[in-house]
Amino acid sequence: MGQISSPIMSVRQLNKQFGKGCEQCSNSDNRKLERNYCRACGTVYSCQNLSFDLYPGEVLGIVGESGSGKSTLMRSLYFDQEVTTGEAYLQPYKEGAVNLFQESSQQQKYIRNHLMGKVYQNPVLGLRMGFSSIGNIAEKMIAAGNRNVAAMEARGSELLDQVHIPVYRMKEAPKKFSGGMQQRVQIAKALSNNPPILLLDEVTTGLDLSVQANVLDLIKHLQRELKISMLLVSHDLGVIRMLADRTMVMLDGRVVEQGLTDQILEDPQHAYTQQLVHSLL
Amino acid sequence: MENLLSIEHLSKSFTLHNLEKHISAAEDVSLYLKGGEFVGITGKSGSGKSTVLKCIYRTYLPNSGHIWYQSERFGRIDLASASEQVIIELRKHEIGYVSQFLNVMPRTTARELVHNAIVEMGHDQEYAEQETVKMLEHFELDRSLWDSYPATFSGGEKLRLNIARAMVKRPRLLLLDEPTASLDQGSKLKVKQLIEQLMAQGTTMLGIFHDLEFMEDLCNREYRIQQGRFYLAEKQKTNILLN
Repeated sequence: MGQISSPIMSVRQLNKQFGKGCEQCSNSDNRKLERNYCRACGTVYSCQNLSFDLYPGEVLGIVGESGSGKSTLMRSLYFDQEVTTGEAYLQPYKEGAVNLFQESSQQQKYIRNHLMGKVYQNPVLGLRMGFSSIGNIAEKMIAAGNRNVAAMEARGSELLDQVHIPVYRMKEAPKKFSGGMQQRVQIAKALSNNPPILLLDEVTTGLDLSVQANVLDLIKHLQRELKISMLLVSHDLGVIRMLADRTMVMLDGRVVEQGLTDQILEDPQHAYTQQLVHSLL
Repeated sequence: MENLLSIEHLSKSFTLHNLEKHISAAEDVSLYLKGGEFVGITGKSGSGKSTVLKCIYRTYLPNSGHIWYQSERFGRIDLASASEQVIIELRKHEIGYVSQFLNVMPRTTARELVHNAIVEMGHDQEYAEQETVKMLEHFELDRSLWDSYPATFSGGEKLRLNIARAMVKRPRLLLLDEPTASLDQGSKLKVKQLIEQLMAQGTTMLGIFHDLEFMEDLCNREYRIQQGRFYLAEKQKTNILLN
């Protein structure tokens, strides 16, 4: 009899708020909010009780309008910021028995460097624009404990080749590259330690169509050949349709709907998802 | 023999929030398929034929009722309420869906398309390559097309590729959503041969066809939808033969 493999990552009741909260908004069951904003005290509830699982080899799409909490979720999972409350478990880390958000910052650094890779919408956040491209990749490998320069260089040029950056330009800084190339250097960097999980935050937004196609094909290839699990944030339903097995729809910091991607697109249940799907050109 | 698929009182409606409308697409549908059968569904357009197929494939979420499927991997399960992970597995290994529209990955060649379907099932590259060549030859897809993008293919070529991709997985259950619409006679004949081969291979099929003659020639049983209800129709073929 077949078995469904257990999730590689589980997130439970993740909350992130900006502001202290007040009587009107502290209780998550009966908050009085204007979208995700408390008018009484000005607190913003960016992520509210988010729970989901990511399965091995799966691409989980996350869609939603600007301000719906997608990027806050991604930042929280990569420890770029602290969560207010919540739990996250990674199967490859202590067999998924420990809440990552409660680990020391040193351990969190370890997780970032060994088990995850992240690609930001804005390459400035993910790369040191003035360093060489190979140096950017080496940085992540050094952070993970690598010390063998020759091995790192070999791995770095292999990765750059994989993302179609000519190896003879590997010593050049990303600031000299086009947006699409910068994005591909970011992907190479994120992949350097063979992470089982990739976090992709609007990686193709702002790229022109042919360059976008290039990056998308690369991601598809990574999924198929390397079986990396990915969280893919995008507001572009075309990108989601092409890449995601399942999709989660966010609005005002909450998940309003999740399901198989073709079901979300053809039979959306929630009013917001219907509006989103019907907004497709 | 136990039914491979048995649908009990399936209903599906759509709530369109922004139009404040509620549309019923299929109501109280019950039908069954035995293993190895080819069953056809007929009815006017808009009568809910495709809705039923899409509910089975879970592109649509049924509102009520059960879709019992005898799975090789999971035993008897209700597709109407099975987890998404189970559905993903079944789509990979057991249940195929073919429509007249080829939903392809952009910038993927015909060869890659079939190849990827095999790799997805967990086979290695070498085996996938062999099977891909076999399948494309089998479907008489012109060799010059193998390494080009299906977006440029004719309707008949697309469809053959579409069926090739579904067939290479040797699904236990294949859903056919008007695959022959908009095909010329020659292409239809090819599709018919393919379906006969699938039947010989033991694939159970549930299909919707506009071309009644085409369908009745092939199917074991037939359901008719009239005024939103499903009726089991007597098989026409015997009548034709008797006359």
